[in-house]
Amino acid sequence: MVEVVDLHKAFDTTAVLRGLSLSLDRGETLVVMGGSGSGKTVLLRHIAGLLRPDAGQVRVFGIAIEALSEEELLPLRRRMGYVFQGAALFDSLTVYENVAYPLHEHTMLDEEEIRRRVLHFLSLVGLGEDVLPLLPAALSGGMRKRVGIARALIGQPEMLLFDEPTAGLDPTNSRLVAELIDELAGEVCDTSIVVTHDVELAKTVADRVAILIDGRFAITGPRDDVLQGDDPAVQAFLAGEARRP
Amino acid sequence: MEAYLRRTALWYGGLGLLTARVLRNVVLPPKYFRLVIHEIELMGVRSVPVAMTAAVFTGMVFALQSAINMARFGAENYVGPVVAMALFRELGPVLTAILVGGKVASGISAELGSMKVTEQIDALRSLGVNYVKRLIVPRLLASLIVFPLLTAVADVVGLLGGMVIMFIERGTDLVTFWNITSYWILPKDFLSGVGKSVFFGALVTLIGCYNGLSTEGGTAGLGRATTATVVQVAVGVIISDFFLTKAFLMLFW
Repeated sequence: MVEVVDLHKAFDTTAVLRGLSLSLDRGETLVVMGGSGSGKTVLLRHIAGLLRPDAGQVRVFGIAIEALSEEELLPLRRRMGYVFQGAALFDSLTVYENVAYPLHEHTMLDEEEIRRRVLHFLSLVGLGEDVLPLLPAALSGGMRKRVGIARALIGQPEMLLFDEPTAGLDPTNSRLVAELIDELAGEVCDTSIVVTHDVELAKTVADRVAILIDGRFAITGPRDDVLQGDDPAVQAFLAGEARRP
Repeated sequence: MEAYLRRTALWYGGLGLLTARVLRNVVLPPKYFRLVIHEIELMGVRSVPVAMTAAVFTGMVFALQSAINMARFGAENYVGPVVAMALFRELGPVLTAILVGGKVASGISAELGSMKVTEQIDALRSLGVNYVKRLIVPRLLASLIVFPLLTAVADVVGLLGGMVIMFIERGTDLVTFWNITSYWILPKDFLSGVGKSVFFGALVTLIGCYNGLSTEGGTAGLGRATTATVVQVAVGVIISDFFLTKAFLMLFW
């Protein structure tokens, strides 16, 4: 599904990614962990084609995307769902219009069918009909994340990309979102990349874990091997993360 | 100094690239036409009062100054054509472009800039939406219609203002004023100004869009982008007016 080879990216003079490689197969959930500013989000944005690499290859769905134009990338992006850290809901549109947006843009479905699908995907993320007329500003952080997830799901993507899905949430909401991502992997969309520094989230959802240190992966492997392994750099990172409030 | 030159080069390059992308995407799907209509209302209808107020007072003050000073060498009869020529060829299009352009373009910068800093532009891109077609082309097409129309309104209102002030202040006969003016003024006086306003509309809209889309640095960056837009619109209109006028005179005189 995704193959990244020797990816390099710098902003001005700061090198963020320095030769990162990864591969993701269909049906897998990969959790990418790393501290703040380690380049996790930058990696995710490269996979969605929102950023262009300085060097290296990015292949998504078997297509090399690093040389494609913005217009050529659009149909590929419709095959993935991107959940932004701050949800990035359209703030002048209601929840209904936000979730229905991809359908209004890309399909000719009638309004009744769109409404049925919006309600279905909102119910998958645990929200009901009562939120439909609300503007994003009236929602709590956790609800906004859920609406963002519903909007990413409604186009029935083949792959989901989550950017810090639990950041800024209280422990209960974090756990609920983690469980939601785990359920989605089983039922709706089986392939995803989750970028996070939340160890608990990684334990709940990951098939494989990759740890990003100094612009490349220090280690990649099955969840338990990585989280319980004895690599000193990884253990130092995990110990640091565990001490966070 | 080097950083300044680099920023300037980046700005011109970025504006050029955006213009090229807009031209590539200028054909809209039919469902986006309601966006063009919406923008025409937002940009045009709501800018009529400001354009008209500026035009009527400019016409009045221009007539007042011309009448008193042209009377010094016995040319008061020609105030009408002078006011009309100045308004149609320069003041109408330029004042409208600076005033309405500043208002419209800073609004666009603020809106697109806040969409940029809250990742809503990236959200559109991630949903497979062509944001140039969705956000920029409708505004550009609307501006190509709105600016010439507002300029035409400003021309007419400004001339009427001049006419009324000549009647009140100098006791000029309205029919004579009208006859002399319409005798000397040619269609090309009017059309060259309206023609320039099409270009001004495109320029101010592209500046507003580019500054919005290139906003960086959160809310402070948003403030900088909006301020920069107002200044760049005014300076851009004034500078491009000279070159456009030169080109129009070479082509159509």
